[in-house]
Amino acid sequence: MPAPKNVVIIGSGPAGLTAALYSARANLNPLVVEGIEAGGQLMLTTMVENFPGHRDGIMGPDLMAEMRAQAQKFGGEIIQGNITKVDLCSQPMAVQTSEASYAARSVIIATGASARLLGLPAERRLMGHGVSTCATCDGYFFRGHEIAVVGGGDSAMEEAVFLTRFATKVTVVHRLRASKIMQDKARSNPKIAWLLSHEVDEIHDTGKGEVTSMVVRSTKTGERQALPVTGVFVAIGHTPNTALFRGQLELDQNGYIITHDGAKTSLPGVFACGDVQDHIYRQAITAAGTGCMAAIDAEHYLDSIPEHLASV
Amino acid sequence: MATENVQTNVQTESQVQKFTDANFDEIVLKSGAPVLVDFWAEWCGPCKRLGPTVDALATEYAGKVTVGKLNVDENPNVSFKFQIRGIPTILIFKGGQVVESVVGLAQKDDLKKVLDKHV
Repeated sequence: MPAPKNVVIIGSGPAGLTAALYSARANLNPLVVEGIEAGGQLMLTTMVENFPGHRDGIMGPDLMAEMRAQAQKFGGEIIQGNITKVDLCSQPMAVQTSEASYAARSVIIATGASARLLGLPAERRLMGHGVSTCATCDGYFFRGHEIAVVGGGDSAMEEAVFLTRFATKVTVVHRLRASKIMQDKARSNPKIAWLLSHEVDEIHDTGKGEVTSMVVRSTKTGERQALPVTGVFVAIGHTPNTALFRGQLELDQNGYIITHDGAKTSLPGVFACGDVQDHIYRQAITAAGTGCMAAIDAEHYLDSIPEHLASV
Repeated sequence: MATENVQTNVQTESQVQKFTDANFDEIVLKSGAPVLVDFWAEWCGPCKRLGPTVDALATEYAGKVTVGKLNVDENPNVSFKFQIRGIPTILIFKGGQVVESVVGLAQKDDLKKVLDKHV
């Protein structure tokens, strides 16, 4: 195995790339393993209007391309690949992709969170055939159709508004918990209909291999009704990508990595940042902020460990 | 992204075919060898992430599998015919028929497993 890296960063969203920028500028020659959802959740968005410094907004993928280039400019090494195994308990630590293994003196985990699904059997079967978790990817295929967005948060509102560019009618199904500004945006759009306090019971038609309708149920009266939609966009939040670390790091009951005193985890030399450890704020800017914290914490850690472990 | 590929691997770029509404029947459906078709679009973030993986497969399977990309924006007929409702979608054709379908971001290893069933 080649010489250990000072810092291996797992994940390449705002948290991972900010950690890369800071640790590169600290001459730590970080290695970033991008992961399968490279660029993170912003790759699935359109206009980002709340990242400071971009007063006219910036497209999510453009923002990520900028962050990536900035990290590379200072010497951050970014490789494609997905981590399949980690050993955080040995020293140096070991991380493996399907193609290579790396030794690491410190590890920054920025694996983020992925879209959560409803858990209906039909949902997976019809993914890509009418069921979607990515409005910006798939909205295009529903020009002139009636579709539904399942979810009541800010991202569900954003998706619903975006999808009205294509669909003739977008029904939002769920309980509403979006911020006022996003609700107002959606409510002022005449193509959006509302079925609040409803849950999805069924999605049809797995036999045909495409979405033809869905059945929703009122959480108040229990009454069921069928909606004739050809698309179902699921936007009900996210789950942290921590399966790799289970049993090695302390996680909370929902699977998020528990951090303390900055970006420290339950193991020395292992730091976490971004949505993988944050179920409250979950913003690009907070992810970037904690990415910076993780890099600085890793730098302090590397300064503190004995010379024979630190020497390159 | 295209420039990145050119810089790192000129050969890779040339292995990947560009499928269109016009050439699809000829190159894909009438092909004797298996054909991998990557349905993508400029505005699809995950598609852009999958692009380099498809490039790499084109090189690795050169001579065994025809690998190419189809822009759904520019080629609505093929996309409609095969009921593409989400991208990225990878379809594998053999003898003019769809034999495999992979929806969403996929890892290279998983795509190789799927491809290996048909070469």
